[in-house]
Amino acid sequence: MKYTEDHEWLREEDGVYVVGITEHAAEQLGDVVFVELPEEGATVTRDDEIVVIESVKAASDILAPVDGEIVEVNEAIVENPAMVNEDPLGDAWFFKIRPSDSAQLDDLMDEAAYKELIG
Amino acid sequence: MSGLDRLPLDALHRDLGARMAEFAGTEMPMQYAGVIAEHEQARSRAALFDVSHMGQVVLHAPAEVAAAALERLVPQDVAGLKPGRQRYGFFTNPDGGIEDDLMIANYGDTLRLVVNAARKAADLALLRAGLPEGVAAELLADRALLALQGPEAEAALAPLAPGAAAMRFMDVAEFEVAGVPAWVSRSGYTGEDGYEISLPADRAEDVARALLDRPEVAPAGLGARDTLRLEAGLCLYGQDIDSGTTPVEAGLGWAIQKARRAGGARAGGFPGAARILNEMDEGAARARVGLRPEGRAPMRAGVPLYAQQEGGAPLGAVTSGGFGPTVGAPVAMGYVPAGLARQGQRLFGEVRGRRLPVTVSDLPFVSASYKT
Repeated sequence: MKYTEDHEWLREEDGVYVVGITEHAAEQLGDVVFVELPEEGATVTRDDEIVVIESVKAASDILAPVDGEIVEVNEAIVENPAMVNEDPLGDAWFFKIRPSDSAQLDDLMDEAAYKELIG
Repeated sequence: MSGLDRLPLDALHRDLGARMAEFAGTEMPMQYAGVIAEHEQARSRAALFDVSHMGQVVLHAPAEVAAAALERLVPQDVAGLKPGRQRYGFFTNPDGGIEDDLMIANYGDTLRLVVNAARKAADLALLRAGLPEGVAAELLADRALLALQGPEAEAALAPLAPGAAAMRFMDVAEFEVAGVPAWVSRSGYTGEDGYEISLPADRAEDVARALLDRPEVAPAGLGARDTLRLEAGLCLYGQDIDSGTTPVEAGLGWAIQKARRAGGARAGGFPGAARILNEMDEGAARARVGLRPEGRAPMRAGVPLYAQQEGGAPLGAVTSGGFGPTVGAPVAMGYVPAGLARQGQRLFGEVRGRRLPVTVSDLPFVSASYKT
């Protein structure tokens, strides 16, 4: 797994990367009540605000972790946003992205670095 | 440590794993198990809130004298408030705006008020300037306030305070709760049956722990208090009402009793009476309404409202909004021109640059279940 400073995780699956948010992020957000995902096929640039996630308290954005193409999105979390709190590392993934510049992946954190970030 | 105030029950909240945050200058418990779980606890069983940040004020004067004096500052019928009863009210200003909303309770020999945390200093100044000599307002700094809310509140409190069961909505009484002398009202701000319990600050933790030991009760924070009051259609001062909104605009005309209205025994005589009484007869130009977003996206405070999907100027704005856990969908309140303030009127709220449909809806979203 790789991590961003914005508390996303990325897991490689056959050349594409599955992206979700960490348990720490889900815990900090509180009960998630709304998720808006990008369109499948969209080309995105690193740090674009591509997901809106709203908890009972506030709205936040999730940024594209790398440049690439969105190849699949997880409609299940749009239908049932509470999944993000229940299983953030598993069933509640957000989207799959095919990186267009694999060098950007080197900028991501490994698990040890992420754990240090969240203390 | 910063200049934040700490609640008398601060240690208990931290023991219970609360997530704390600043609200109105006090470090408050925002949530324990989670906002939705706590919200559901209050709707289905009983939830215990620490609302000790609110201002508890006593008027030092015989109750009849204090009532007559207070009527100069509020449009409520205070003189007609019977011993053992409480009523909702608000301080008004000369323009007819609302300076704060409050509870006014007649404990027989004395009147006591509960005001909003953020307005304590302003309210005290207003009381001291507006009350005659011989009626002194004192903010009680040494008391805690607990709110026990939910359909099982009576079942939870009665074993600790037998007098609680006989009370009905808006009754107030003094009796011991778990051996501690308390001022108890059957009221709250969630739309549920329940009690508000004022206690000496140094004994409050014992009472809170005794209540939390009851199987019906779990702690709840400010997050759930906000979603509960929103679903119940209740105003939050500083958002849904403020010094620029009148009681009639806010839909609070019901809280101005007959005695204070035009033609009443003590009509007018409060700040802003001319405008407020005129609006009660003629109607106000805008009105607070319930709003149901048609999609899933919450519409929060500040979202501008439009008549059309494109073009035009905003005609109003959302003042409170979010996800309603009991409704299972987003809910909001806001102000719109009076002509559009009708059930079923379709409007558009602009969220992240897009205008999304929203329907004007009757308030409350979840009907109250008070024990009247």
